[in-house]
Amino acid sequence: MIMIYVLAAIIIIAAIFSITQKDLILAVVGTSAISVILSIFYYLLQAPDVALTEAAIGIALSTIIFVIAIKKTERYEE
Amino acid sequence: MRKATAIIILALVGYYFLSVFLTVPFGEKRNNVGQYYLHNTVRETGAVNSVTAIVVSYRGFDTLGEVTVLFIASLGLGAILFDKKGKKRRLQHASLIVRVGAHMLYPLIVLLGAYVFVHGHLTPGGGFQGGAIIATGVLLMFISYRSFETSHKALTYIESIAGMTFVLTGLSGLIWGNSFLQNVLPLGEPGRLISAGIIPIIYIAIGFKVGAELTGLLDNMLKTIKSD
Repeated sequence: MIMIYVLAAIIIIAAIFSITQKDLILAVVGTSAISVILSIFYYLLQAPDVALTEAAIGIALSTIIFVIAIKKTERYEE
Repeated sequence: MRKATAIIILALVGYYFLSVFLTVPFGEKRNNVGQYYLHNTVRETGAVNSVTAIVVSYRGFDTLGEVTVLFIASLGLGAILFDKKGKKRRLQHASLIVRVGAHMLYPLIVLLGAYVFVHGHLTPGGGFQGGAIIATGVLLMFISYRSFETSHKALTYIESIAGMTFVLTGLSGLIWGNSFLQNVLPLGEPGRLISAGIIPIIYIAIGFKVGAELTGLLDNMLKTIKSD
């Protein structure tokens, strides 16, 4: 039970980090950290199918698409 | 003035959302369809994983729509980004450690993806998950080796054949049964690899299709990066 609260706290911290961060690559790393913990949550809530999807798409594929977009535009937010 | 108006409108919208939200009973049984699925999927479809049974059998037509949406998304991206001249990726080679690690992990990741979609009706996961896992394996090779290339033609054929397999399997239900995507093959013994009729066929087709689509999408996007 205490583990769930710790994980939820980490999600909130990572979300605030990725919103306030000016370096967009680090912000993307924050969103992928959210995905890691979300997929653990889905597993704990007995939805392993959704956990697999979240792990493959949220952590790897959407992160790399964001990184490509940042690489082709600006890395730092004004 | 504008801020005050915005706050008033937000408060009104929030009030109505909250009043609707508070009337929703949480934790009460309002709907028996979930219980129905849990009790009857194994008998009716032969699939042990009831999520797969719902996605492919009970809601198979929705899955066809979902696959079409992904196909149209990758078609649009290819229409914008695909270059006929056969551009090369211009990323730098990754470091030795990353290259050796990628070389060792790539076959294992592809094997895991294939396992996930072949056993879609037995264990968690299915076509979408397996295809996405395979695409992450190819992505690892893309960013580690500049010379690693996928054949565009092969991806096109895999995608077309997989899509046609899905539709033709659905049509076979219309020919030998009486509805689109009806399970016309024998169900077999639940829990065996070859069981559940058309569900494994459709999920293998979806796995190939999603894997090929996402790989082509990543290839097109990575080729647009110019070297530093």
